[in-house]
Amino acid sequence: MNSSSNLINALFIFVLAGFIGFEVIRRVSPLLHTPLMSLTNALDAIAVVGAIVLVGEHKSTLSAVFGFIAVVAATSNIVGGFLITDRMLKMFKSSRPAAKPAAKSVGQ
Amino acid sequence: MTAELAGGQVVIELVYLIASVLFILSLKWMSSPTTARHGIWAGEVGMLLAICGTLLRHGIVDYRLIAIGLVLGTIIGVPLGRVAMTAVPQRTALSHAFGALCVTLVGSAEFYLRSPDISRFMMSVLSLEVILGGLTVTGSLMAAGKLQEILPQRPLTYKGQNLVNFVLLTCALAIAISLVLHPEFRSLFPFMILIALAFGVLLIIPIGGADMPTVISLLNGYAGLSAAAMGFVLDSKLLIIAGALDGSSGLILSIIMSKAMNRSFTNVLFGAFGQVQASAAAGEEARPVHSATPEEAAAILSAANRVIVVPGYGMAVAQAQHKVRELYDALTKRGVDVRFAIHPVAGRMPGHMNVLLAEADIPYDRLIEMEEINSDFPQTDVALVIGANDVTNPAARSDTSSPIYGMPILDVDKAHTVMVIKRSMNPGFAGIDNPLYYLDNTLMLFGDAKAFVGSIVRELSGGHG
Repeated sequence: MNSSSNLINALFIFVLAGFIGFEVIRRVSPLLHTPLMSLTNALDAIAVVGAIVLVGEHKSTLSAVFGFIAVVAATSNIVGGFLITDRMLKMFKSSRPAAKPAAKSVGQ
Repeated sequence: MTAELAGGQVVIELVYLIASVLFILSLKWMSSPTTARHGIWAGEVGMLLAICGTLLRHGIVDYRLIAIGLVLGTIIGVPLGRVAMTAVPQRTALSHAFGALCVTLVGSAEFYLRSPDISRFMMSVLSLEVILGGLTVTGSLMAAGKLQEILPQRPLTYKGQNLVNFVLLTCALAIAISLVLHPEFRSLFPFMILIALAFGVLLIIPIGGADMPTVISLLNGYAGLSAAAMGFVLDSKLLIIAGALDGSSGLILSIIMSKAMNRSFTNVLFGAFGQVQASAAAGEEARPVHSATPEEAAAILSAANRVIVVPGYGMAVAQAQHKVRELYDALTKRGVDVRFAIHPVAGRMPGHMNVLLAEADIPYDRLIEMEEINSDFPQTDVALVIGANDVTNPAARSDTSSPIYGMPILDVDKAHTVMVIKRSMNPGFAGIDNPLYYLDNTLMLFGDAKAFVGSIVRELSGGHG
């Protein structure tokens, strides 16, 4: 494997993904900046894949221990991040009635 | 290169590709509240695919430990997903720390597995990964501590602070460079991590509570960049993409926050903010203010056609959101047009105020951003300020000597009548006097926000029958 060409490939991906990130996130409504941050946090925890490999391959005790803690930390971000983002987004309701058939009036 | 990949690997890479696409779609759908929940769905599916794909890798022998880790992480994650909405900023800071911890540990493990057989480029990226990761771990823990009020919120400054930070960072970089040149000096590696951890603490110590929205965004960016660096080390395209997305998100939010607080972009990049407000509250002479009772306030509000409510974090501290919703309902029922003006730094993190108001069931199309609503204040009968201070201070527009001069503010003083609910005349968070309170068209409503709004609501419903 040619490692320097791999690195160049990786650099291309990083720069292009950065551009996509800028363009996509610029369009996110400021209304949703808090859920945006908790969502990107959950997505960022994809680092768990690196940790899983460390634990699973068990090449040394140190790498397995570090990997294990890393799996726990990242998984808690995935679970907690998606949960709270969903909770927040559920709360955002429009005042235009069309969205829901039987919204208010039924309650207490 | 493709020819070298075995069939199984190709499948895994394709799964990662699908996950990457889903991640990008997930963020794209966050552009509007109507599609945002699809975004979560896309993110979750992408994540599940990526994890399953990884488990299929043939090098993996120990599934038991992975399973324990995933279960334990879930047990910790569930309560973190159920915190109160007011606690979301510290939860977010904590999760930045967790994310960075994962990255730093994986980076360290990779170093010990590979050294001394590490190329210079790889070692540079790995150093970047663990330095950024390490400082984000402790920096985020500090930020979470300050937000949770375990640590003092006021900025702690000492002489030569910048020099100490600079020397520390230089030491970390010097170690990184020696490791790049001599990856066999394994004993140097822990020192690089320790310095990064110490640097993270010192970076956040001088930062006050009011700057937390910027800090959290910045740490978000750092966490993303360190994850992207990890992607380079592990040659994982998916991780590079996720890290780049997270990094750019953090960076964009930091820029928005720093603009909203009138700090320059370089200030943000180097984290050198928070030391601005040294000037004390001068001018002790008691200037006259007009004040009003809940009855008077209710009368003025019910006679108005257009009302803009300006909420600040003080409203959340007083737990007044739900009373404010009742006020919104009562006024709307009377045909008053009520909207909410949201300053970008209202709350403790980007967008926090919107979440707090949405939780109180205030429709999101009534929450208007500063830039959009500022031109409407001159046509507004009443601007009602609840728990906000600096973001309404007209000195930011006119008084060049004011510490917040140049900060974009909500032009509440241009409304026909301004009402400010405030506990007393003590200056706010930043200790800056607010000339708004002494204007002729300003009425001060002294009292606890929740109690005062409650009495206005009672007046309004009582008068109605």
